[in-house]
Amino acid sequence: MTGPDTFITWVTIVALGIGTFLIRFSFLGIIGNRQLPEWVLRHLRYTAVAVLPGLIAPMVLWPAATGGQPDAARLAATAVTLGVGILSRNVLLAILSGLAALYLVLFGLG
Amino acid sequence: MSEATAKSWYWKGVRDGAPFVLVVGPFGLLFGVVGTEAGLNIAEVMGFTVLVIAGASQFAAVQLLSENAPTLIVLVTALAVNLRMAMYSAALVPHLGAAPLWQRAVMAYFLVDQSYAVGVSRFEDTPQMTLPQKVAYYFGVVSPICPNWYLMTLVGALVGKAIPPEFALDFAVPITFLALVAPALRTLAHVAAAGTSVAGALLLAFLPYNSGLLIAALTAMIVGAQVELWTKGRKA
Repeated sequence: MTGPDTFITWVTIVALGIGTFLIRFSFLGIIGNRQLPEWVLRHLRYTAVAVLPGLIAPMVLWPAATGGQPDAARLAATAVTLGVGILSRNVLLAILSGLAALYLVLFGLG
Repeated sequence: MSEATAKSWYWKGVRDGAPFVLVVGPFGLLFGVVGTEAGLNIAEVMGFTVLVIAGASQFAAVQLLSENAPTLIVLVTALAVNLRMAMYSAALVPHLGAAPLWQRAVMAYFLVDQSYAVGVSRFEDTPQMTLPQKVAYYFGVVSPICPNWYLMTLVGALVGKAIPPEFALDFAVPITFLALVAPALRTLAHVAAAGTSVAGALLLAFLPYNSGLLIAALTAMIVGAQVELWTKGRKA
């Protein structure tokens, strides 16, 4: 399998590395002991839940591996991962349960 | 004397950080496998892991790279995932802000979910700690975590090629993200933000350059913040 363009990949890696470092260094190194305004904090709290679900929603419903058709194994894995994650709050347990559901349906019913 | 206490705080940090190897190790392994499956070579996979050292954003970037999204979209989306670290950085200033600049730069590089959470809770519980003790403790916490992150990514990249496509590893990324997000769905505001993100990304999927995701994410952040204000207002 041929991957993404090498040059573009390295530009992405270096720029993402610098950008992420600057976010981490922001207050500790540059801004110092100043309070973030409450409205900024309020939006920052939701960054992860705002980006990640939207990123994966098309992969759940229209997986490229099946030519864009929804499929039972991936939907079952989604439901199990989400359910176990919400109930147990254990990331690793949720991942393992999701993989187990994926393979059970893929190989058990296949 | 102070040399000796700094040393013992370093080892306390190592002990407090060690359990997180169980979380970070498999996550690193998975990134190595997924990166290799996406067509990256070992240098590129390790470039991500060492230079970016932020798992969720690395998965996001690799996913968008393999969808041939424009570089600017890849960067903005992946950096949005890491914006929460600005909060971590601010939270550490009262404890580590007086350290020499080079130490603060190195500590910033190693600022991950675990070093923030463990560090801040220890510093707040133990206010009598001196600055050198806090710095030593912080480096202790990251000592077992970050090297294992690099190492397990490398192992994943090395074994990734050997895993056949029947194993549907394309789905390891959604499973990982679902598992990361699920425990955070603890308030109405978080659920509303996640729901907005999903609905927006699906409805706007027709927009070019994966820009629909960015619009959905931005809207979801605003929805989360507004619902938080609204639920707080009702309680008060």
